Amino acid sequence: MSTALKKSPFTVKKAVVTATAWLLAALFLAPYLEMVVTAARPAGELRDNGYLPQHFAWNNFVDVWSRTTIGTNLGVSVLVAAGATLLTLLVALPAAYYTARIRFRGRTAFLLLVLVTQMFQPTALQVGLAREFTSLNMMDSDLTLIVANAAFSLAFAVWILSAYISSIPAELEEAAMIDGTGRVGALFKVTLPLALPGVVTCVIFTFITAWNEFVMGLILVNSPAKQPLTVGIDSMIGAYHPQWNYMFAASLVSIVPVVVLFAAIERHVVAGLTAGSVK
Amino acid sequence: MPEQTTTTPAAHPAPPPSGARPARASGRRPSAAGARNSLARLGPWPWIGPSVVLILMVVVWPVVEMVITSTHKISGLGIDFGSDGIGRYRKLFDDARLGPVMAWTVVWTVLVVTFTMVVSLALAQLYNQKFPGRRFTRWALIIPWASSVIVTSIGFRWMLDEVAGVLNRAMLDLGLIHSAENWTGDAAHAKPWLILVAVFVSLPFTTYTLLAGLQTVPGEVYEAARVDGAGKWQTYWRVTLPLLRPSFLVALVINLINVFNSFPVIWGMTQGGPNTDTSTSTVFMYILGQTDVGEAAAMSVVNFAVVIVMVLLFLKVSRWNEES
Repeated sequence: MSTALKKSPFTVKKAVVTATAWLLAALFLAPYLEMVVTAARPAGELRDNGYLPQHFAWNNFVDVWSRTTIGTNLGVSVLVAAGATLLTLLVALPAAYYTARIRFRGRTAFLLLVLVTQMFQPTALQVGLAREFTSLNMMDSDLTLIVANAAFSLAFAVWILSAYISSIPAELEEAAMIDGTGRVGALFKVTLPLALPGVVTCVIFTFITAWNEFVMGLILVNSPAKQPLTVGIDSMIGAYHPQWNYMFAASLVSIVPVVVLFAAIERHVVAGLTAGSVK
Repeated sequence: MPEQTTTTPAAHPAPPPSGARPARASGRRPSAAGARNSLARLGPWPWIGPSVVLILMVVVWPVVEMVITSTHKISGLGIDFGSDGIGRYRKLFDDARLGPVMAWTVVWTVLVVTFTMVVSLALAQLYNQKFPGRRFTRWALIIPWASSVIVTSIGFRWMLDEVAGVLNRAMLDLGLIHSAENWTGDAAHAKPWLILVAVFVSLPFTTYTLLAGLQTVPGEVYEAARVDGAGKWQTYWRVTLPLLRPSFLVALVINLINVFNSFPVIWGMTQGGPNTDTSTSTVFMYILGQTDVGEAAAMSVVNFAVVIVMVLLFLKVSRWNEES
């Protein structure tokens, strides 16, 4: 492939490749552009099937905050996603560090347990999750969503952090430890700063996963005021006259921040998702 | 980085702490400072304990709860009428909806995963070329990945709306259909679209995984194939695909698990309806839970057995990768 990639003159093949790639990019973007168009439709033009509205009601993006509950839903999403990210990091970091540095009895069993959790999705466990948190009297609680989201992000976090920490020479920490710093001190002063790209990837990915999570929000929350944004948007369909323009204005509020965050870590995500299997 | 110049830890022949084995395969011993550390005497628990607790609380507990619930008779409002033995399983297996739901779950999983893998192979090959705007076009691909699946699915539902849907309008303009259709109104119309949307949201992850695999193939391999006189297709089948096998298998199994468990695509577009006509097992489970929690739990246990088989498959694939 290296020879084919050398700066080549214009060829038919290259033109076809370029055109196909751009066409595909347009196809992938189209559903989201349609959301922008719909969000800007005046209420009176929602039932028109014209490609574009006669007038663009950009003020929908302002009105959506007062006419719907998305402000509240957004608050829940921010709190849950931030809380889940923090909890995941607090729990995953020591585990990742220890498994990367020390060969202890039960290490393989622990890593297997973590890997298997990645395979068990909230959807498959929905009935059990609802029963558990009902019996704990923890329905409609931000804390429940934080803990539940953190648990299902743990696998990704442990794998990616462990991979990063393994790549940092243990000698650096040991030097610090000889200087009188404990293992925990060495972790914070030496390893963590060097593993920062891995930590950032883990933080952003966990945040996005919790932000986009839908099923647990649906089954563990009954009160509308406690619904995260995804569930809030979905519940707008149930209205007698669904306000699709506000629904997609809210959808864009949900999409834009995470796309920007995701673009920042894209290169590292595949490694984390397939870690433990492709090496 | 001044630390890099002071690498003399192995010179300390301190005895390893009781709990922890010597670090790493290279036989390095923990330093004296590590041995003095009281944390070390507690072994791995202070480090991995919180993770284990979290997994027990949120993953293992629900599994146990699910199995117990499946032997109880519980109303939709959650009133527990006590033990019911295998009564809920019997009710589930007598349920006329179960057969069609499981059949559609299999068709859904097989078709979505097959299309996803085939299209992603082509996309990965495409994005591995150099062309103007590669960065932008690859960036467009991550939007469906970063976005919430439920939101994307609702977007498609809207585009397929009978009156205002832009896809109905476009298909009319292109002469593909003669009159606007209610695409999400019945199973026959909805199912192809459900598959399309599920493939749409699965492509980015799969393509990126295969792309990462393609980029690990050394250029010399292609050079050698060319020297040996292999044609383009021959090179792809005999060289590229075998080298791509580890990434392909992992993407395949992760997709199998994701698509089998998928809920938001179907929920966002048809809510599993009309009735349960477009429900896969996970959506059916949710619908059952509205009226009979015990039967929903029985459904979860059946579903869970399938997931276990897939997990074992994944572990087998992983081991295969490690060996090669």
